[in-house]
Amino acid sequence: MTNPVTKFRVEDKLYQNRYLVDSGRPHIKVRPHEQPSANLLALTRVCPAKCYELNDKGQVEITADGCMECGTCRILCETSGEIEWNYPRGGFGVLFKFG
Amino acid sequence: MINEEFDAIVIGAGMSGNAAAYTMASDGLKVLQLERGEYPGSKNVQGAIMYANMLEKIIPDFRDDAPLERHLVEQRLWVMDETSHTGIHYRSEDFNEVKPNRYTIIRAQFDKWFSRRVREAGATVLCETTVTELVRDDKGKVIGVWTDRAGGAIYADVVVLAEGVCGLLGTRGGLRKMLKPEAVALAVKEMHFLPEEVIEQRFGVKGSEGCVIEAVGTISHGMAGLGFLYTNKESISLGIGCLVSDFTAKMESPYALLDALKNHPSIRPLIAGSEVKEYAAHLIPEGGYKAIPQLFGDGWVVVGDAAQLNNAIHREGSNLAMTSGRIAAEAIIQVKRRNDPMTKRNLALYKTMLDESFVVKDLRKYKDMPALLHNNAGNFFTTYPRLMSQAAQNFMRVDGTPKIEKEKATTAAFIKARSRLGLVSDAIRLALAWR
Repeated sequence: MTNPVTKFRVEDKLYQNRYLVDSGRPHIKVRPHEQPSANLLALTRVCPAKCYELNDKGQVEITADGCMECGTCRILCETSGEIEWNYPRGGFGVLFKFG
Repeated sequence: MINEEFDAIVIGAGMSGNAAAYTMASDGLKVLQLERGEYPGSKNVQGAIMYANMLEKIIPDFRDDAPLERHLVEQRLWVMDETSHTGIHYRSEDFNEVKPNRYTIIRAQFDKWFSRRVREAGATVLCETTVTELVRDDKGKVIGVWTDRAGGAIYADVVVLAEGVCGLLGTRGGLRKMLKPEAVALAVKEMHFLPEEVIEQRFGVKGSEGCVIEAVGTISHGMAGLGFLYTNKESISLGIGCLVSDFTAKMESPYALLDALKNHPSIRPLIAGSEVKEYAAHLIPEGGYKAIPQLFGDGWVVVGDAAQLNNAIHREGSNLAMTSGRIAAEAIIQVKRRNDPMTKRNLALYKTMLDESFVVKDLRKYKDMPALLHNNAGNFFTTYPRLMSQAAQNFMRVDGTPKIEKEKATTAAFIKARSRLGLVSDAIRLALAWR
């Protein structure tokens, strides 16, 4: 179901948003794993900013730069310890102009 | 950082936090409000419809200077399948009143205004400050907060947790549990800009009149969900939200769902030619009455989305947030006036007052709806919308088939899809949950 058109579109969408990226200090991290759980794997589809992607070893990786801080991944994967979730430092992260 | 002690610290500058901070500061309490965004509103996302009555109870003259987009004169509820919509429209000239009942707003702008009013009321508002931890005394009473700014802890008699749906402090501090995927919706939204006159023509409104479309059906791909289109002055807020549990089970992408909604033949002409200027995502607490956590404790209260005070059936969130913020503040003011400590026992007054308000009464009324929708999403969001569309088309299309045969075909289609027993039991379950 990987659709390159869809991928292009979401990155295009995020391009319109304003971010203040805290370089080198990602606020979400994925714990190293061999194989992703169902919830972790689902993030590659469900994350509205498409921050989560599978690498060629079948593991889930995150690039948190486009994160809209919605918390979906936290709901799905924090309790199990698969991800470490925090808000960005004060002032950093997404800056909604309209919200 | 701040070497003074406050009567209250409010965490978050959204609807509930601003309502709480404004109410307490207006009464002379020494209030510190902390907001992690660059400016109040920079992290806040909503549809957004604002209900006047609840804000009027906090700031009676808000219409004089609040940034309001359009007051709503028309509401449309659409049941959609792939190529159609069947709608109930309600429009009334009565909504063109001196003090209109509902407005569309743009949260970043509205929250900046609300925050200015909070500061004018005397509260200290500190942005770009993320609260990292609650400070407790040796008996576990919350006595202040740590932030990510340099300096020590900041102390207060009471902390108001207005930290939003995904608030970290309450869950990390063990004050409430993490939201469950079936009790929370993920909504995505785009802001479509169009000239004012184009919006007025397309929706049949003039001046500051506005129109709302809310839609259910195959647009949510069998998931429990809702699409929405709200007219602002010169933009349209268009979005869709579904339960996180459903998104996960179906491995659906929210942006693909939104793109499909934009391309639906009923929606496409309404946004044609628009310029998209923002894409946002946000969680919405949908667990209702049964998901309301512990609301107060020694030195703390929780309000708004963080307390899961959201009426998913009526799509009301910000008014419950504002009202819970105001009521929490009023309870704190009463305890303060009696010179009593901010203990769990004394702050129970907040829950007593909230239980008597429409906030809890409304949520209690629909306490069984979240489970019903979660467990019957396929029927309510796909089967019935398709059947409705087929029935309507069967009724409208004139093709020489005798009317009696058309009626029989429609009835047969419903029975085939859900069986007689299924139809009756769905109706009963819905009626019971609604009651």
